[in-house]
Amino acid sequence: MKNRLKVLRAERDWTQARLAVELEVSRQTINAIEKGRFDPSLTLAFKVAGLFKMSIEEIFQCGE
Amino acid sequence: MNKSKINLDSWTARNRKNSVHLKYWSAAWLVSMALAAFGPKYIWDFNALLTIFAVIISIEVVGTMIVTTKRYLSGLDEMHQKIFREVSAITLGTGVVCGNSYELLEDIKLISFEPEISHLIILICLTFLAAMIVGHRDYR
Repeated sequence: MKNRLKVLRAERDWTQARLAVELEVSRQTINAIEKGRFDPSLTLAFKVAGLFKMSIEEIFQCGE
Repeated sequence: MNKSKINLDSWTARNRKNSVHLKYWSAAWLVSMALAAFGPKYIWDFNALLTIFAVIISIEVVGTMIVTTKRYLSGLDEMHQKIFREVSAITLGTGVVCGNSYELLEDIKLISFEPEISHLIILICLTFLAAMIVGHRDYR
């Protein structure tokens, strides 16, 4: 699954650590999601969407 | 950033606390096992009452350690929980398959010595360690 997490984070000038704190996950998890190595659960995806005030589809896209 | 600070304090602090609790209860389990194993011979000369007491203490500590481990795992984030599930599955599979095969080797006279549970525990620990390293590397 592709995602725009890294871009959205960069737009806000946030570090992975800061985003991890906001989402209550580890920095390693943020890194793995950004690199497409780990697909977040629906719960975490909703949390990400809520944090960036966007819909899930605007952040996560299906496919490689 | 105040909200972030609060989140950091609550989530990270909770995980650290769970981690420290797990460490202490693991150490307590080790001590209680050592007491139950060596106490009868070296401390109280096989006094049945004290031995039963040591075994009950050990069982109590194991129970608490299991609860503490569960609490620790629940506190992890979803990726680390997934890694732990995968590692547990590999370790359980390896332990069951190798344990049975090891026992069978003695039954069919391919090895001359009695299989020891400690060998299986060492294998389980090494498998867990290796699977944990590979698991974390896969998601890095």
